[in-house]
Amino acid sequence: MMKLQDMGTAEAVQTPGMPSRRKIFRMAAAGAAGLVGGMALSARVAHAEEASSAPRVAIGDRLVEDDAEGPLTPLKVEDLTVGRPLLAFALNAETGKPRTESRLNKIVLLRLPEAELDAESKALSAGGVLAFSAICTHQGCEIKTWMKSEKVFACFCHSSKFNPTKRGAVAGGPAPRSLPALPLRLEGDQLVVAGEFSSPPGSMLQG
Amino acid sequence: MKRLLKGVALSVVAALPVAAAVAAVGEYSPVTDARLANPEAANWLQYRGTYAGLGYSPLEQITDKNVGKLELAWAFATGQLEGHQSPPIVNNGYMFVTTPGAQVIALEAATGKELWRYKKELPMEMLQLHPTNRGVALYGDKVYVATVDAHLVALDAKTGKEIWTKQVGDWKALQYITLAPLAAKGKIMVGSSGGETGVRGFVAAFDAETGEEAWRTFTTAAPGEPGGDTWPEGAYKNGGGSIWITGTYDPATNLAYWGTGNPAPWPTEGRPGDNLYTGSTITLDVDTGALKGYFQYNPNDAWDWDEVSAPVLFDKEIGGKNRKVAVHAGRNGYLWVLEREGGKLNFVDAYPYVNNNTIKSIDKKTGRPTYFEDRRPGLGKGDVHFCPALWGGKDWTPEAYNPKTGLFYIPANNNLCAELPEPEPTKYKKGDLYIGYPIEAILTGLRWAKDTKEAPKTIGEIQAWDIKTGKQVWTHKFPTFNWGPLLTTGGNLVFAGGTNDRKFRAFDASTGKQLWETATPSGVTGVPTSFEVDGEQYIAVQSGWGVDAQRMQGGIDRLLGEVTHVPQGGTVMVYKLAK
Repeated sequence: MMKLQDMGTAEAVQTPGMPSRRKIFRMAAAGAAGLVGGMALSARVAHAEEASSAPRVAIGDRLVEDDAEGPLTPLKVEDLTVGRPLLAFALNAETGKPRTESRLNKIVLLRLPEAELDAESKALSAGGVLAFSAICTHQGCEIKTWMKSEKVFACFCHSSKFNPTKRGAVAGGPAPRSLPALPLRLEGDQLVVAGEFSSPPGSMLQG
Repeated sequence: MKRLLKGVALSVVAALPVAAAVAAVGEYSPVTDARLANPEAANWLQYRGTYAGLGYSPLEQITDKNVGKLELAWAFATGQLEGHQSPPIVNNGYMFVTTPGAQVIALEAATGKELWRYKKELPMEMLQLHPTNRGVALYGDKVYVATVDAHLVALDAKTGKEIWTKQVGDWKALQYITLAPLAAKGKIMVGSSGGETGVRGFVAAFDAETGEEAWRTFTTAAPGEPGGDTWPEGAYKNGGGSIWITGTYDPATNLAYWGTGNPAPWPTEGRPGDNLYTGSTITLDVDTGALKGYFQYNPNDAWDWDEVSAPVLFDKEIGGKNRKVAVHAGRNGYLWVLEREGGKLNFVDAYPYVNNNTIKSIDKKTGRPTYFEDRRPGLGKGDVHFCPALWGGKDWTPEAYNPKTGLFYIPANNNLCAELPEPEPTKYKKGDLYIGYPIEAILTGLRWAKDTKEAPKTIGEIQAWDIKTGKQVWTHKFPTFNWGPLLTTGGNLVFAGGTNDRKFRAFDASTGKQLWETATPSGVTGVPTSFEVDGEQYIAVQSGWGVDAQRMQGGIDRLLGEVTHVPQGGTVMVYKLAK
């Protein structure tokens, strides 16, 4: 039974922006006002590079649960419940650090009965677990809902749907391209990244 | 990857706004407080044309007699997808529109020639829950746009050059801005969306000249503040009450009226109390931001009923007394008539304008609603069916008031209900949804009225009300839903799009009879405006389907077992009478 205190716990007060970003924008504003034109440009470059240039995944990475409490434990097939998606990050096997530099690195895992997978999906999966970018290709929202009724991933933001048993193909809604698939393999009982994303994660940016 | 990112950064620098040579539109007329308070009939200087939020143009060249001769004067492709909702705002021949992604385009109003375009550089990592923007504010010689990455930007009206940029909120906490700013008394006011992401709602004012923040008033009361005792400990911090539609303003009293969003998260178990000031209209002093009064439409809301569209302000004789009213067609399905007394908002009357099975009664003196508690979703309730749906009788789409007909017009959706299951545990986490129901249930939650297997014959409506008598004067019904903001004019006309057949229409403002329609490239959920250049009256609107109209279509398609395709892509459409 759910406890009342779980029904909406406030944790933190929001402040308008982190100090570092504020600083950048103060600089940009000053530059735009005509004081130091070049300063504004360099601030803009810094801003654009705020997104990390570190790789999203590498072959051999392990996977760790997003928001896991306690020490980082590489995920095993048994950690996943059939039909319940789990958000994860890749864990750099060499450094032991999760690749959390960018939210675009987020991965959604889904375990399905192996009998439901065709040969192509089976080749991508490990122990029935399929992995995809968790970033909707429409407007960048997080994919973490499995619609049991339709057997598709669904995005809350604009109802884009993706079929995990068809390499992440669009199954409905406004998404312009498939959800990037991430091949997995097993090492012992651990889930291991076996290849690159099938296409770059992220949303379609408008001009 | 490193190289790729550097490439992106370089191209971003190259894409800085470049001022084009300004063409034959002439000198730019600075926008003053006096002009905003008493706009010339030829111009549409702000979101709803007037501070009072009337959505009314006094122009009367185009009338109920000749509107059938309306034809396209020019059209302009924005090059953007998603919901184009901003009004074409016009100041002596200059037109300003915004697009999703908070681009600003300045056009020659008579010809559609592009004068300049500003593109906000948006963070790569950002997500957009509501990819739209609802327009600029004009003040002095500047144009102001609030952006989806929660910034306020001041541009030179004539060149599009960026004058200053201020961070208003934190996009990483999923604060985002879609509203048109409100400009008054040297201040530019905005608020932030995020009722589903656990924001603490606020209205913030910035100095029009320097961008310096003047004040920030939060919409959820902290302990020790008036209303602070309507929240359990700490819940106000992520309590919602987001602000995502432009406020209305009374220059005589210097008071602004803002509508506030739903409390967060949706289930009420974790936040017993009225949760002030969510689901309300709040009155703020524009000089200081001080809260001067409020009226709460939905105490302890459980139905996602944002009451964000600001009340429309006008004078009306009711019960033999001339009153300064504030009228709001609520998302909760009631039409609310309040009287302004200083900052106070006194209840006058309320009328259900769509099918409602949730509100049990309304106190005749205070206006406080009571609910059929079995219509309140929650723990131990199972699946709860309620009307109106989450989108309400009317969502953000603005109403209009025509001083000539004396009628108040509502773009409504009737006969739509919803069902929510038992809530699930939820905890605020920065950058994540904070809702409290399974997403699948929300995506599949739209319903017809209880026990109705077949689709209703009509859903969307335009209603005309006489506020003096509390009577509905006419209703125009559509077979499918209506997501169309309204314009009414001195020519006895009401203009609106809003349907999924790409149509934009004109109606007789006195009778509701449809007089003209035209198909546009996409669906119309934009705010229509009217203006005049060189003695010629124009009607302007953006076509560009997306956002919640698209969501509602998805819900209805699901109920009908159909798939409806409405093409996307923004176009500014401008009409005038055939010669």
